[in-house]
Amino acid sequence: MLELAPLGWYLALSAVLFAIGVVGVLVRRNLIVIFMSVELMLNAVNLTFVALARSMGSTDGQVIVFFVMAVAAAEAAVGLAIMLQLYRGRETINADEVTTLRW
Amino acid sequence: MIVPLFAVLALLTVAASLVVVLHTNPVYSALGLVATLFLLAVFFVALDAHMVAALQIIVYAGAIVVLFLFVIMLLNLQVEARAMAPAPLVVVAAAGGLLLGGLVLAAVLREPELPTAAVGPGYGGTEALAERLFTAYTLPFELTSVLLLVAIVGAVVLGKKRMP
Repeated sequence: MLELAPLGWYLALSAVLFAIGVVGVLVRRNLIVIFMSVELMLNAVNLTFVALARSMGSTDGQVIVFFVMAVAAAEAAVGLAIMLQLYRGRETINADEVTTLRW
Repeated sequence: MIVPLFAVLALLTVAASLVVVLHTNPVYSALGLVATLFLLAVFFVALDAHMVAALQIIVYAGAIVVLFLFVIMLLNLQVEARAMAPAPLVVVAAAGGLLLGGLVLAAVLREPELPTAAVGPGYGGTEALAERLFTAYTLPFELTSVLLLVAIVGAVVLGKKRMP
């Protein structure tokens, strides 16, 4: 095995990536970039799953990563279709200008 | 222990993910996302998850990011005037992000060193993964196929006609 670092380092990297994703969702106004930040968070969690699976010597964590990827693909397909429809109707995908559902 | 190599890769990953979040041009954000995903695949290989690393590159970098790029090109998005939220919100979000990252970092580094289990030569390969997937996780696997079917139908319906 190619042992790069102890497990704690992987978990720390994953925490940093997750925090960057959270900040991206809060800070950016472009819906597509918000989406990419969500993907970033999903990937941070994937890294945690794989690192802990390796630490425990079990394959289950890797199977969960498989499911996370499937959910991310479904989410991207539907979300991007919604954005296309939104752009056709409103000529914008800025989160500040799409407020119909906000009370 | 090759910790310096890990540090270099981790810094590259963080830099690429910061490009995703901070660059005002969405195309550069997408390219930053590709770089992040490839670097994560490197970590997966280092963690003996070879199948997951291959899937990461084929499915994530190959399919999902291409979908993002398609939509960016289709909408002809240029650099926007107001890419970021108002300044007060940015400050609060950055502080919150640092706090969240620091909190989890502190919790992780406080833990005693977790052991690394010894694994057989087939660990993380297609066979080991498929065996778990099609025995213990059969029901979630079938449900995932239903989810993907619903997503396909939803994407086709949403993309087809002009909605009011």
